[in-house]
Amino acid sequence: MEDLVSVNNLTFSRGQRVIYQDISLRLAKGKTTAIMGPSGIGKTTLLKLIGGQLRPDSGDIVFKGESIPKMRRSRLFEVRRHMSMLFQSGALFTDMTVFDNVAFPLREHTRLSEELIRLLVLMKLQAVGLRGAADMLPSELSGGMARRAALARAIALDPELIMYDEPFAGQDPISMGVLVKLIKELNNALNLTSVVVTHDVTEVMSIADYVYILADKKIIGEGTPEQIRAHESPMVQQFLLGRADGPVPFHFPAQNLEQQLLERR
Amino acid sequence: MEWFARLGRSTLEISAGLGRAAYLLVGALFAKPQLKNIPLTIKQIYVVGVQSLLIIVVSGAFIGMVMALQGYTVLVDYGAEESLGPMVALSLLRELGPVVTALLFAGRAGSALTAEIGLMKATEQLSSLEMMAVDPLRRVIAPRLWAGIIAMPMLAVIFSAVGILGGQAVGVDWLGVDAGSYWSVMQASVEFEKDVGNGIIKSLVFAFIVTWIAVYKGYDSIPTSEGISKATTETVVYSSLAVLGVDFVLTALMFGTH
Amino acid sequence: MNSRKVEVLVGMFVALAAAALIMLALKVADRGISGNGETYVLKAKFDNIGGLKVRSPIKVGGVVVGRVGSISLDEDDFSPVVTLVIGKEFDKFPSTSSVSILTSGLLGEQYIGLQPGFMLEDDDILKPGQFIEDTKSALVLEDLIGQFLFSRGND
Repeated sequence: MEDLVSVNNLTFSRGQRVIYQDISLRLAKGKTTAIMGPSGIGKTTLLKLIGGQLRPDSGDIVFKGESIPKMRRSRLFEVRRHMSMLFQSGALFTDMTVFDNVAFPLREHTRLSEELIRLLVLMKLQAVGLRGAADMLPSELSGGMARRAALARAIALDPELIMYDEPFAGQDPISMGVLVKLIKELNNALNLTSVVVTHDVTEVMSIADYVYILADKKIIGEGTPEQIRAHESPMVQQFLLGRADGPVPFHFPAQNLEQQLLERR
Repeated sequence: MEWFARLGRSTLEISAGLGRAAYLLVGALFAKPQLKNIPLTIKQIYVVGVQSLLIIVVSGAFIGMVMALQGYTVLVDYGAEESLGPMVALSLLRELGPVVTALLFAGRAGSALTAEIGLMKATEQLSSLEMMAVDPLRRVIAPRLWAGIIAMPMLAVIFSAVGILGGQAVGVDWLGVDAGSYWSVMQASVEFEKDVGNGIIKSLVFAFIVTWIAVYKGYDSIPTSEGISKATTETVVYSSLAVLGVDFVLTALMFGTH
Repeated sequence: MNSRKVEVLVGMFVALAAAALIMLALKVADRGISGNGETYVLKAKFDNIGGLKVRSPIKVGGVVVGRVGSISLDEDDFSPVVTLVIGKEFDKFPSTSSVSILTSGLLGEQYIGLQPGFMLEDDDILKPGQFIEDTKSALVLEDLIGQFLFSRGND
């Protein structure tokens, strides 16, 4: 199976804090890959590294045979037309209507006529079920609708790779169901390669073809959803089942409780 | 030892900040000009220029009126009240017009620019532009920078003109200075290139400084509500201080020696 | 806010700024009458120029015809030499014309009054760079007071 993106021996640190220590993973073409892990370990950072917004300290990220960190800025901008990212907040432009938001990448990067752009935008909005909200402003949308509108914008240029940053965070069960369905359908219909970064285990296990679990700067488990469910690592099991305490400790590292309580100031 | 370490650290931080600000400026101003950016710039001129017009006109009128009132009470003691015209006009054209406009602009438009860009950063709009292969420096920063540089000298000219009319309203219509001498003595002492021209040059320099600081502070802000409020305050403080400092240097260069 | 309305308002803003600039140029700085036209230069030597300054106006019967271009000191006889920059359209002053330094009001600014003389011959006009012979110096207040006291003492 061909890889669209491969991350090789990547190390990245922000200031003094190491975020990734020598990790490698690959995103297979046409498949949905999930990257899971507890919050606060920098899963979004990984997407920004793939998108070239951040540079790794060492290691390489290869997109269609080309190294992203070694690209010149102009080449990077060309490559980015083939990838797109759904941000956690949606990141719709607040001063434009939903229609103009979806039309934005088309107007920026193509020379299509307004008439054709209108057709394309309406089709994309139809795909996410928001054709009726075309003239609304992002501030008038609910969180789930904003994310769907952002999804319509993300697929406007028919990218090859789409990165979802916490698509299910803070959604009610219905919106979550809608998003799961959309991600699955878009992946099949447009032959996209998807990467979903999330900590919502059940939703993502139903759509992912391959799963990586990140914790403590490293990949602690990988495999198909079935393999992951049967994984022997206690850390993976703790994450999947949502136990409060285990190898990932409940307590933030601190000195002994008794000692601290009895300590005289 | 600690003192030296702190000095070194803050020097490095300041240099890094200046470097980022210069990078932003080069990226925004010297980018390939795009036709698409013209409507964006016009929209920003509306936001920073037209929407600042009211405060500029009202302040200009009041400052002209106050100067006429204060000037009159001093000049009338020497029987020199016909010098009211040049007094009002010269102080407005050379100093108050450019400087007060720049200070008001920093408070009204500069802070809004910083907050807007900071919020765009916080809501990942800038990031998402980058991921859509659109350079935010070109798309977001450049139109705002140009709009500020274009709009502020226009506001300063309007400020001075309104101030002179306000001075006439108080000096001539209320206090009874002869209208003919108000205007003719003014005309005799005001030079177009030296006074009006230098005032516009000052205003262009201030526009550049204030807008640059405003967009840089927004772009470089920490994308939290606290970070944005800090950046907004810094925009007003830094640009006001920079305007006053640069004004002294420019005045010394333009009017200092004969 | 649609873009049409924005464009119209920005257009009005630009027009307002242009109007303000034109007002500053014509009504405040009086650029329409002098400053941008062609000029020529005359010179005059005074005993004392008082408070005359560069850019002080030169008037004929109250009409401004030019401005003082520069003031220097003659190296031979140590008297001040004033360069008069006069509009090209006023180039027919007879060579018998006189200039005097006058004061507008009791404490006002000083200016040069040019009194055209009689035309003796047709071509006898002041040429660019020529010195005006007949000059009256500035009245210095202290001198006046001194003279007044002196003449009182004689009574």
